[in-house]
Amino acid sequence: MAWPPPDSRMAPLLAVEDLLVEFHTRSGTVRALDGVSFDLRHGEMMALVGESGSGKSVTAYAILGILDTAARISGRVVFDGRELLSAGEKAMGAVRGSKLAIIFQNPRTALNPIRPIGKQIADVLARHGNVTAAQAQRLGVEMLAKVRIPDPKRRAAAYPFELSGGMCQRVMIAMALACEPALLIADEPTTGLDITTQAAIMGLIAELVASRNMAMLLITHDLALAAQYCNRIAVMHAGHLVELAPTRLLFATPRHPYTANLIAAAPGEGAGLDRLSAIPGTIPDLRRGDLPACRYSERCERVTPDCRTGPLLRLDTADGRRVACRHPL
Amino acid sequence: MPVLRRLLIALPSVMGVIVVTFLLTRALPGDPAIYFAGPAATQQAIAEIRHAMGFDRSLPAQFVDYVRHLSRGDLGTSLTTGQPVLSELAARLPASAELTLTALVLSVGIALPLGIVAALRPGSPVDHVCRIITTAGVSLPTFFTGLLLVYLFYYLAGVAPAPLGRLDTFSTPPPHYSGFYLVDSLIAGDFVTFRAALGQLLLPSATMAIFSLAPLARITRASMLAALGSEFIRTARASGLGRRRVVCVYALRNALLPVITTLGMVFSFMLGANVLVEKVFAWPGLGSYAVDALIASDYAPVQGFVLAMALLYVMLNLMIDLIYCLLDPRVRLDA
Ligand SMILES: Nc1ncnc2c1ncn2[C@@H]1O[C@H](COP(=O)(O)OP(=O)(O)OP(=O)(O)O)[C@@H](O)[C@H]1O
Ligand SMILES: [Mg+2]
Repeated sequence: MAWPPPDSRMAPLLAVEDLLVEFHTRSGTVRALDGVSFDLRHGEMMALVGESGSGKSVTAYAILGILDTAARISGRVVFDGRELLSAGEKAMGAVRGSKLAIIFQNPRTALNPIRPIGKQIADVLARHGNVTAAQAQRLGVEMLAKVRIPDPKRRAAAYPFELSGGMCQRVMIAMALACEPALLIADEPTTGLDITTQAAIMGLIAELVASRNMAMLLITHDLALAAQYCNRIAVMHAGHLVELAPTRLLFATPRHPYTANLIAAAPGEGAGLDRLSAIPGTIPDLRRGDLPACRYSERCERVTPDCRTGPLLRLDTADGRRVACRHPL
Repeated sequence: MPVLRRLLIALPSVMGVIVVTFLLTRALPGDPAIYFAGPAATQQAIAEIRHAMGFDRSLPAQFVDYVRHLSRGDLGTSLTTGQPVLSELAARLPASAELTLTALVLSVGIALPLGIVAALRPGSPVDHVCRIITTAGVSLPTFFTGLLLVYLFYYLAGVAPAPLGRLDTFSTPPPHYSGFYLVDSLIAGDFVTFRAALGQLLLPSATMAIFSLAPLARITRASMLAALGSEFIRTARASGLGRRRVVCVYALRNALLPVITTLGMVFSFMLGANVLVEKVFAWPGLGSYAVDALIASDYAPVQGFVLAMALLYVMLNLMIDLIYCLLDPRVRLDA
């Protein structure tokens, strides 16, 4: 496959530039994201991987504008030609759920427990489409059929507690795709589901996304899953985007020591979930006042004094890769 | 059907109440025979009265008698007034019900908006007001609040009428339809009486409302905060739903569930608080009737009152359960 693909000269669907997110909390300022930049083209599937607490969800929520009010955000998020961070709540409300949709992990708690699922999908359709309540309800049932929920007409009246976790996630997918978004963010869509359901759900998402020519940002812990579905992978660590590369290149020649360790720690396909713990050390506390310039430096075997004192160097290479390291492999 | 079963389940506790009130009234200090014979009565006269009342028979015999009368809907006769207890309770029920319901409407009408706004804007002035009210409300006993309000608004400010029952001496009660003076005077188109009745009602119902405001506002704020922070609200926001829909449909309906439970609890507390508040405001309701009977060692009204309260309590809980089932699909009445 030629890289970059021929349409890459077109304006990207999503451009995140120098995204910085801080939470001012009682126990100090959490520097959750720092200098995160990436693009996503129309119809592209890209993955955001990293261990727990690396800032994957915060990135997604910042793009959608659904972070809580304690968050201070700066940078730029350009989606479909519009800057979102400076867009008002009203304008964002029109984009969310229609052009830009998200699926969360834990589908059971992500759905309103006391509202029939059909109504919840219809709410989204009624919000964004020019449809009557009755039409929205009928379209909602159609969406349930599209995510292959058996007997959708009857199921539309069901409540989340009456459905299995996998079924609830199908409902979430139906809700997210109801208004034909251009970009779907899937935040660990299969976490909390059993293995066979995981594969079915992931397959369904990929199929629907591909058939509608949508772009997808897949957020996951699971490097193998990312490799299976995405043509590019961005690796995050402690609020930094440490490496971004086409999947094949990332696996063949990882350049950031963290990426290399992630790949080495993953014993091939279908690996256990705990393998990320094989990397020495833990993510630094993001509330620390003395965070080093490279937040991986305290876990890194290639560290030199200037890694800590910085500044962090971000190298872009001709093959469409980016690595944030002074001493890349 | 499930409703009927719930009622059957409550039957044993109602039986228990019957036994306990019977025993309790018999254990009360004071001998009704002596009380009614008067201070000048001879030993002989007292014994005769006791025999006439049936109090010289054994407790089990008295109990069987009591239950037999109960099953015929006969709650006995008050010794002080000479009237059947049932008709007296029925006559006084509207007074208590009007007071309690007004208080409930008042406190729900204030506590819910207050709690909701406090949750929507944590740390705002409304939130601080909410905190002060919930703290003050629980630390003030009702009779004290009642006396304080009377002192402030009747004695000092002179804006409230004298705390002497449902109507001042210049007004006549409206024609009887529901027994609620506010409703009946409106039906009769008598706005003068309506204003007079409302004026009398304000202080006692405010007293009860202040008492019940605190738990309601507190739980509303807490459950609304919890609902707003939950994952399905995040989903609703991520779907672009408008703020009003998110707050009123998604958050509020979920937040109301614990509020309903608390409402049931508060209402049953109010049944108890009634007794004191009615006494302070000379309210001719069930509570003051029971207190008067208790002081006179008049068994039948006390028993009738406690039984009526127990039944009311059972009905109330059933109603709360029903409302809860309507709101929460996860709860089944027959479960
Ligand atoms: N509302 C918030 N207030 C304060 N800190 C927050 C908030 N949300 C996230 N954080 C912090 O931001 C950092 C990144 O969190 P994030 O949820 O993005 O991690 P993640 O990569 O999605 O991890 P996981 O795989 O566990 O979902 C964490 O240190 C977290 O504690
Ligand atoms: Mg996350």
